[in-house]
Amino acid sequence: MAQDHKLEIFRGLVKFKSNTQKIWGVLIFLSIVTAIEVILGIYKPEALMAKVLGMKLLNWIFIILTIVKAYYITWDFMHMRDETKGLRRAVVWTTIFLILYLTFILLQEGGYVFNVYDKGYIKSDF
Amino acid sequence: MSTTVVTTETGGKTWGGGNEPLKASYGKMMMWFFIVSDALTFSGFLAAYGFSRFKFIDAWPIADEVFTHVPFLHGQELPMIYVAFMTFVLIMSSVTMVLAVDAGHHLNKAKVTLYMFLTIIGGLIFVGSQAWEWATFIKGDFGAVETKGGNILQFVDAEGHRVALKDFVVAGEHDRVQQERKNGLWFVGEGSLPSYTVEDVIHGFEANDNLLIRTQELTEDGQKTVLTRAESLNQLKTNGKLVVEGANLQHNEYGSPLFADFFFFITGFHGFHVFSGVVLNIIIFFNVVLGTYEKRKSYEMVEKVGLYWHFVDLVWVFVFTFFYLV
Repeated sequence: MAQDHKLEIFRGLVKFKSNTQKIWGVLIFLSIVTAIEVILGIYKPEALMAKVLGMKLLNWIFIILTIVKAYYITWDFMHMRDETKGLRRAVVWTTIFLILYLTFILLQEGGYVFNVYDKGYIKSDF
Repeated sequence: MSTTVVTTETGGKTWGGGNEPLKASYGKMMMWFFIVSDALTFSGFLAAYGFSRFKFIDAWPIADEVFTHVPFLHGQELPMIYVAFMTFVLIMSSVTMVLAVDAGHHLNKAKVTLYMFLTIIGGLIFVGSQAWEWATFIKGDFGAVETKGGNILQFVDAEGHRVALKDFVVAGEHDRVQQERKNGLWFVGEGSLPSYTVEDVIHGFEANDNLLIRTQELTEDGQKTVLTRAESLNQLKTNGKLVVEGANLQHNEYGSPLFADFFFFITGFHGFHVFSGVVLNIIIFFNVVLGTYEKRKSYEMVEKVGLYWHFVDLVWVFVFTFFYLV
């Protein structure tokens, strides 16, 4: 698969002439995303503090941007875009499923323990 | 096996062996599956962090107030700037790595050598920055008092700015000396003692009327609760137990000890990955220089170690979000 890289990103919106160019293009994109995260993290705009599905909108934005970055690192830097469908699914689907499952269970449990503490059954300074 | 079958029958060939449905070499595939398992280890750590954070959701330290330092810029509050720099260094070294892989596809030894070298430098800058972050975190800056129940009391002035212990506490006479193994039971020792006792802190606090105490609890809008003067004095006198300066695995001046524990474990485990990545890169670098892959006519080893290196970058992207941003 040495020379046959797929040279399009954003579903064909941006096309690059060579693999080297694509790498720099992806770097620029990742840097912009990181810059946005840092700026939002420093200024924390009041408008993004509203709760959406139990979490601040700002935090949702951070998590989505992180997943976007992870996608481009995996697809373009790790060349997942050029691998066969089978390998891609074996790696990506397995991981995502297990991580979602683990996260759901632990966060659910954490919220429950918080409620037990919060209702005053446990006091920490006496 | 017989060679005649190949041309006439395609059905039987599927099970005849030698097929590569995933079109990836053994080594590369195993690197991918190692990455899957390692990703699960890291997500275990991060999910456990999430668990502890949800458990103390109304009292968790605010990362922006903890990581405010940048080397050579003393006394300035610059949240996130240095971590953003570290993130950029790691992404940059990922780019040089992928450029090395690309040069490897063109069998261009000089370029592979250069890009591998730059990748190693980037990795070393990152590990060095992380060591500096750890040192700053362990040293602490303001100091705090821990209560009987293990909660942290921090000090602020009337405007809500943090006040360091050394700015208002005068160390009194200390009778208590550090217990060392050489001057007592040989199997009993202890860590270094804090510079002040709780009594010193109470004296200093009483002498400065503008001081208030800030507890761990978060208010509705995500700020730490500040007590009134009377409540502060009462809290300090009845519950204050231990002066904490900096952070270790048991005590942590920034808030819940779990925060420090996870900081050490997650960034430490990641730093260890970066360190091993640098070692692997150095080995591959020397192989490139010696012409091993030139003779082999294939730079696939660079590709495999590159996969690992990108994975380390990928993990950092998540650590950055969940530890410093969210």
